[in-house]
Amino acid sequence: MVHHPPEIPDDASTGLPGFRTWRGVYWFVLGVFVLWVGLLALLTKLYS
Amino acid sequence: MNALDYLVTLGVLVGIAAYGIWRTRGHQNLRTYLRGSRETKWFTIGLSVMATQASAITFLSTPGQGYESGLGFVQNYFGAPLALIVIAAVFLPIYRKLNVYTAYEYLGKRFDSKTRLLGAALFLLQRGLGAGITIYAPAIVLSTVMGWRLDVTIIGTGLLVVIYTVAGGSDAVNLTQKYQIGVIFVGMVTAFFVLLARLPAGLSFGDALAVAGGFHKLEAVDFSLNPDRRYTIWTGVLGGMFLALSYFGTDQSQVQRYLTGASLRESRLGLMFNAIFKIPMQFFILLLGALVFVFYQFERPPVFFNQAAWHYAADHGAGERLQVLEHDFEAAFTDKERAIQAWMTARHAGDVAAASASRTAALAAQARVEAARTATKETLRAADPRTTVNDADYVFITFILDHLPHGLIGLLVAVFFAAAFSSKAGELNALGSTTTVDIYRHVVKRDAADAHYVTASKWFTTLWGLVAIGFALFASLAENLIQATNIIGSVFYGVVLGLFLLAFFFKRVGGTAVFWAAIVSQALVLVLYFSLSISYLWYNVIGCAACMILGFLLQAFLPKLNQPQIDSNAHR
Repeated sequence: MVHHPPEIPDDASTGLPGFRTWRGVYWFVLGVFVLWVGLLALLTKLYS
Repeated sequence: MNALDYLVTLGVLVGIAAYGIWRTRGHQNLRTYLRGSRETKWFTIGLSVMATQASAITFLSTPGQGYESGLGFVQNYFGAPLALIVIAAVFLPIYRKLNVYTAYEYLGKRFDSKTRLLGAALFLLQRGLGAGITIYAPAIVLSTVMGWRLDVTIIGTGLLVVIYTVAGGSDAVNLTQKYQIGVIFVGMVTAFFVLLARLPAGLSFGDALAVAGGFHKLEAVDFSLNPDRRYTIWTGVLGGMFLALSYFGTDQSQVQRYLTGASLRESRLGLMFNAIFKIPMQFFILLLGALVFVFYQFERPPVFFNQAAWHYAADHGAGERLQVLEHDFEAAFTDKERAIQAWMTARHAGDVAAASASRTAALAAQARVEAARTATKETLRAADPRTTVNDADYVFITFILDHLPHGLIGLLVAVFFAAAFSSKAGELNALGSTTTVDIYRHVVKRDAADAHYVTASKWFTTLWGLVAIGFALFASLAENLIQATNIIGSVFYGVVLGLFLLAFFFKRVGGTAVFWAAIVSQALVLVLYFSLSISYLWYNVIGCAACMILGFLLQAFLPKLNQPQIDSNAHR
């Protein structure tokens, strides 16, 4: 018997390669935010 | 500006507006006029959300902030990505599920009619006032560039935007914003590279950063816990998050942009696009301002960037004093330029001690430059008490007009106007739709035909345009323009956010408790604003916290409020 996975509704799918869930997208965006702040803190340290 | 500049400016602006109106012609029912046809893709939504927030003030005033105070203002946007994640995950699905036209319609469905009206009224009040500032900013550009009277310029540009917005509706606003922000990016990036090319020969990009850093212009992150500091990482993350939650999540000018999405996915991706690119965009604009500062270390700037004010004072009895100050400024500038050149020579030679000594000399000369500028400002104010002594908003436009080639000047002036039109159109579109849906259709006339509401919406949009023009004409804008916009927002946004957070997360709190909590909290914020000197970003936190705590207390301790009320007119 072939077992089909439950169909994901259109809005539940991110449609982004590498991101199956929206939670993953949010973690990625959070990571980018931390990266920006880290780089700006580094710039401040280097040139102050 | 010459004929080529005028051609570029008019061609870009009229071309985009005409294309937007032509592409979206025939959208005359209320749903498509106010909320768009719900076919918009994420990239357009992302750019439209960005364009609505990034007004002419962003591109005119922010480089001036970078020039004067450095990169610290970027911290103001640290809360935005966090807020946008919350909005995409929580707010957006609810708005879409309930199929609302405005964010305040949701308050009516969740609480009651009076809370809906209060939310709409607070939005209309603060956005109506803020809209005046977004007209005022490009008017400064035009009056400076063309030598026109400021009041005539405010009225002229304001009316132009009103006509454009009324003709377009929501879809046209979204579509034109996409092309307008495209022009903005091209213009600002081009200005950046031209600026780098205009720096003195032998001064590398690293040297330019060293000069900017030496004058404390690259201090982007401040970990200080001093509450008097306007921009720190704490005010940015916490206060900025509350401001962004409120602005992106409850301000109709933004909600209306992402409600046009073809699906929840498209709207979410549009918001995530902004969550990723908002901070680097603001950083880039501030860095541009910091590099303009570096440029003016090797090219003598005017002692006061608002040259019209300087010439007015010179012609009205202050000429002799201003000339003396010009000489002081010139001498200090020459000493500073010499010290910076010695500093760079020592830096290239790897002589740390000499570089440090030269930098100290440059900073001492900079103090004399600032002293001459301060004395000049006092002289200008004495000659004409109406003079605004903060000239940061004139820095970038002065650089553009004096140092960019023709054609590019036209493009940059088009950038300012594209930004002004795109944000103004979004604001007026939202003011018109909120007045129509939450006030007129809800309270005044409930069962008219769609065509009647579309006409009403056009009239309300026009009315708000005139109110904004009036505020721009009579408001006294003592502070930097972009700060003034954020201050007005922060005074009102916290309470509105409190309303929405109670609505989204605390189902047991009813409409009457929330309504009175919001009224008292708003009064409290206003009293605190006029009596304290803390960073304005904190008012977002205070207003929100006060509204939520009072809402809980009223609901818990006043028994007759415990019956949740349902707005019988919420569907209208």
